[in-house]
Amino acid sequence: MRIPLAALIGLIFTALFFGAALFAPLIAPYGMAEIVGDVWEPPSDRFPLGTDSIGRDLLSRLVYGGQTTIFIATAATALSFVVGSVLGFFAAVSGGWIDQTLSRFIDLIMSIPTLIFALVVLSVTPTKIPILIVLMGLLDSTRVYRLARAVAVDITVMDYVEAARLRGEGTLWIIFRETLPNALSPLIAEMGLRFIFAVLFVSTLSFLGLGVQPPQADWGGIVKENKEGINYGIQAALYPAYAIALLCISINLVADWILGRTTSLKGGRG
Amino acid sequence: MHPILLLVAQRLALGLLLIFAASILIFAGTSILPGDVAQSILGQSATPQALANLRAELGMDQPPVTRYFNWLGGVLQGDLGTALTNGRDIAESLSSRLGNTLFLAFWAAIIAVPLAIALGLIAVRYKDRWPDKVISAVTLTTISIPEFMIGYLLIFFLSIQLPQLIMSLEFLSDGVRGWLLANLRFSSVAMMNDSMSLVEKIKSITLPIMVLTLVVLAHMMRMTRAAILNVMQSAYIETAELKGLGMLRIIRTHAFPNAIAPIVNVVMLNLAYLVVGVVVIEVVFAYPGMGQYLVDHVSKRDVPVVQACGLIFATVYIGLNLVADIVSILTNPRLRHPK
Repeated sequence: MRIPLAALIGLIFTALFFGAALFAPLIAPYGMAEIVGDVWEPPSDRFPLGTDSIGRDLLSRLVYGGQTTIFIATAATALSFVVGSVLGFFAAVSGGWIDQTLSRFIDLIMSIPTLIFALVVLSVTPTKIPILIVLMGLLDSTRVYRLARAVAVDITVMDYVEAARLRGEGTLWIIFRETLPNALSPLIAEMGLRFIFAVLFVSTLSFLGLGVQPPQADWGGIVKENKEGINYGIQAALYPAYAIALLCISINLVADWILGRTTSLKGGRG
Repeated sequence: MHPILLLVAQRLALGLLLIFAASILIFAGTSILPGDVAQSILGQSATPQALANLRAELGMDQPPVTRYFNWLGGVLQGDLGTALTNGRDIAESLSSRLGNTLFLAFWAAIIAVPLAIALGLIAVRYKDRWPDKVISAVTLTTISIPEFMIGYLLIFFLSIQLPQLIMSLEFLSDGVRGWLLANLRFSSVAMMNDSMSLVEKIKSITLPIMVLTLVVLAHMMRMTRAAILNVMQSAYIETAELKGLGMLRIIRTHAFPNAIAPIVNVVMLNLAYLVVGVVVIEVVFAYPGMGQYLVDHVSKRDVPVVQACGLIFATVYIGLNLVADIVSILTNPRLRHPK
């Protein structure tokens, strides 16, 4: 199998980011919340990217921040896929009023902008990481539901599903043994896009002070902590932007490649 | 009744129903979820008496359904309640802020919409050649960075680095340098008050407008490109070309009528997106709009304010989507001339 250059670059950088997140304590030169220098020291041999607003090593913050951001985004994406695709398949296989009720309810949730909905809920819930993950996962599962249902509706009318039904297989069996394997490739490509969205979303929430709470580091929070420095020409707040852009573009390249592959292999349908 | 009117009426009714359902959802989101609102406002150290008082003040001692209808009844009469944190009337605090938010969104739209459509057309015209690729690469980058980070990138490079760069350009005369410094000044704080003239106001929000334009432009450009390509690749355009019609005639009589609906749709969807994107940008530039008001009161756990702002944002969002729907019905030639 030949991997195109763009996808290869995307894969390498994605792997680097996930590797850095997994082995953060080994890579980061200092501890996450360790104050090791002066405020906003310029880059030097001791601090490759300089220090942050209270004298912590910025590179270490960035690495640990990446760990938090990538962990939350991964968990939220996983949750949204499990919930969204199971519900979507269930609606498509069941059909009738179950499908109608679920789909209209999802339409309703999608009619409110995700950020606004999240802000409304976060005004009454404590800002803890598990709650963030559940909230983001559930809100994003609406998008996955739509895709999963659309793909599954096409699969459900296939002869082999009909045959399974006539054999007397149950709904769950059909979902996991017939629908899921055949719907996997478009869902995986979508997974990349949902992951990007989750990274952007959790960064935004943390920037607004409603996501990950200090001293825990995360990419949005680093911007919030160091934004005053920008007025003095200090780049500290901009590094997370470069990191996010690099990660998201890499994943986009990979997702594009997977999507292109599945559409060309199977005539537009996975 | 003309079938098209019927369709439009249906959509309008559906939109109203959707706003009603959204209000239930927003209310439920803040009251039925696990977690005691009074407790989370006052914190763990609150005395039972203070908790009971706050609950009574919030009406928490009544069943949720009663509270919902009390709230909705008030909203329909223009009474959004009072803020918990400062006891002010919410509708009063909101009116000028809503105006500011719409002002910012309006100017961003005025710039972004024509630019996006023009760039979309260029991308289609030079499909798969370098202009298309450059536009795609730039838009891919801007949608891969959160809005607020684009904001800080622009502040860093335009309002901090640019003046320094101009100062360091030795070959410019002092006069030119002074002129450049005076005219290329981008304020990192978007001030806004009633005594400012329109030009001053627009100057003050140049950077937020640029950020919003960049963000929306990327989405709108990509969608416009897809919509136009879709029309240009359809069979009737090919037929028209094979008939030997001139390019202008093809565009005027065949492509344009069919492309209006998708493009208007794209524009409306992005305006809806813009109204939400404004929330974060207002925080970055300390702009006195509704978004900043909302975010402020989410962290203060001021539930009535959050509900009111949430409902207004949702209504604007649903409304713009509704307009998109109706415009695409009205401009659809197949629906306008039923067989």
